[in-house]
Amino acid sequence: MKKSKNEKDAKKRYEEYVSRFTPGSRSVSNGIKAFVVGGALCSAAFVVQNFIQQNFGLESKEAGTIVTVGLIFAAQLLTGLGLYAPLAKFAGAGVIVPITGFANSMVATAMEFKSEGPVLGVGSKLFQLAGPVIVCGISVSVIVGLIYYVMGIFDFKLPWV
Amino acid sequence: MADNKLGRQTVTFKNFPQIYTAFSTAGKKEGRGPLGNWFDSILEDDKIGQKTWEEAETKMLKDTVVGAVRKAGIDKHEIDVIFNGDLINQLMSSSYAVRELGIPFLGLYGACSTMSESLIMAGAFVNAGYSKYAAAAASSHFCTAERQFRMPLAHGNQKPPSAQLTVTGCGCALLRESEGAAGCCEGKPVYVTGGTIGKIVDKGINDTNMMGAAMAPAAVDTIETHFRDTGRDPEFYDMIFTGDLGKIGKNIVKDMLGKKGFDMTKNYEDCGCMIYGEDQDAHSGGSGCGCSGSVLCGYIFQNMKKGIFKNVLIVSTGALLSTISTQQGESIPGIAHAVAISTEKERV
Amino acid sequence: MEWMEILKVFLVGGIICLIGQLLIDYTKLTPARILVIFVTAGAVLTALGLYEPLVTFGKSGATVPLPGFGYNLAKGAMNAVQTDGLMGALTGGIKETAAGITAAIFFGYLIALIFDPKPKS
Repeated sequence: MKKSKNEKDAKKRYEEYVSRFTPGSRSVSNGIKAFVVGGALCSAAFVVQNFIQQNFGLESKEAGTIVTVGLIFAAQLLTGLGLYAPLAKFAGAGVIVPITGFANSMVATAMEFKSEGPVLGVGSKLFQLAGPVIVCGISVSVIVGLIYYVMGIFDFKLPWV
Repeated sequence: MADNKLGRQTVTFKNFPQIYTAFSTAGKKEGRGPLGNWFDSILEDDKIGQKTWEEAETKMLKDTVVGAVRKAGIDKHEIDVIFNGDLINQLMSSSYAVRELGIPFLGLYGACSTMSESLIMAGAFVNAGYSKYAAAAASSHFCTAERQFRMPLAHGNQKPPSAQLTVTGCGCALLRESEGAAGCCEGKPVYVTGGTIGKIVDKGINDTNMMGAAMAPAAVDTIETHFRDTGRDPEFYDMIFTGDLGKIGKNIVKDMLGKKGFDMTKNYEDCGCMIYGEDQDAHSGGSGCGCSGSVLCGYIFQNMKKGIFKNVLIVSTGALLSTISTQQGESIPGIAHAVAISTEKERV
Repeated sequence: MEWMEILKVFLVGGIICLIGQLLIDYTKLTPARILVIFVTAGAVLTALGLYEPLVTFGKSGATVPLPGFGYNLAKGAMNAVQTDGLMGALTGGIKETAAGITAAIFFGYLIALIFDPKPKS
């Protein structure tokens, strides 16, 4: 239903009224936790990647892939064990924004709908939250590729690249 | 003709249907809360040996109805009708619970307002003489509601302080005509004396983490209407309870009714604020049909039996949203029904 | 590898997560939307040539968070266009991220089949 201007104003007034009764999130401590945990997670990934690179004679890209896969597996295992939700409750974006959050969202939804069977339950719900991420990410990458192709034809380059 | 109504929205039961027995069940977490001692039964674990969460809720609801019947010392076939509901699509838990009980069934969907809705309906049936025994019940389960309405259990996220926690719990009140009802169970008789049927009130909130704020105006509207229709005021009641507004919604009700000249600061509580302790990480409080259901059939009913509360007004509150309406960006329609309960045969 | 390098990784990763936390606390965006925004932003910034310097500076700090997923998708598409022409726009993105996506699907499916969700206590 289209809302009239009056309705919108009334809604806004009520929202302002309600905000007087609503406590804010503890943003400062939340922010610090997200920053520290997120930074630490990335640093750990970096250290492990370097270790693999040096000790197994792999290229940086290969080592990076191994670390990514490792992070995904670890996050999903923690999710299965029921430990990821409490972790995310504490660290917030610190573990939601890294690739681990994406991995968690897949297992969490899939596991929840296990009672609907391995195909229609687990199989489809694996993508309930991750689906939009993959769809948008891949679609944007295709558009980027196309634009890049056209730019190549006209030999156009972004001045700052 | 309509001499059993006051104003437009309030009904009065002149035959005083009696809440013969009531049985309440609570989940593990709720059982550890401040009201833990008042529940008739506390689940040892929230899956109670079932394969799925839905089966668990079904079993909880069924066991609660059976508990109320057993307390009354009657056979379940003596119950003429059961009014009940839950939060799951197409009233799954209610239908499956009743399927095994063989009691004539009228399903109700009032979201979290279901307990007072079913109580008004059962009261009306008994008052009118359509039923000798009528049951009113409502249930909700954290794990079934959460996966239908919110995020999966294992999903890592942070909830804002305004969010509420669906109560795993269930209440069943067994009503019968008060004529010839020998004093069942010790304590005072408890009568449903009337109720006020609420209108949908929607102030445009569409954030599902703001349920209390979405439902509070409906509670205010119903409570105000109840006072105007009956000529009563907050002082008349020993206690007024709303269903599941949580801390934010409770404060809004106090403030809004205060501005309308009704002092709610002395004898008003919200079941959602009572059911969890401060240390239980329930954010704004409990929600769900089972919240007011289990608190009414446990804490409130038992306190009335003991004579501690004489007159109580219970106002279960519901948010009539669906998962589809949320995704389409629609606002949340709120509803609240008030039920007057008394240990005296005093007409509303 | 020296401490300076690790500090850079820590800063970049931490700041990206901090931005996510601010989105969670101050907006009403749902988790799914926040993840989508991050991946899309990473891909767009890469196309504009703005994310590559961040990766050079912050390494894992820029690639482990979700914008890094968008970065890999976009970079894959651009590189593939350079080598394979137009079809590269379709194949590049997934090729570059195939290991991560496949691992997430395979392990995710396996783990979801093995474990059951637990209620909060």
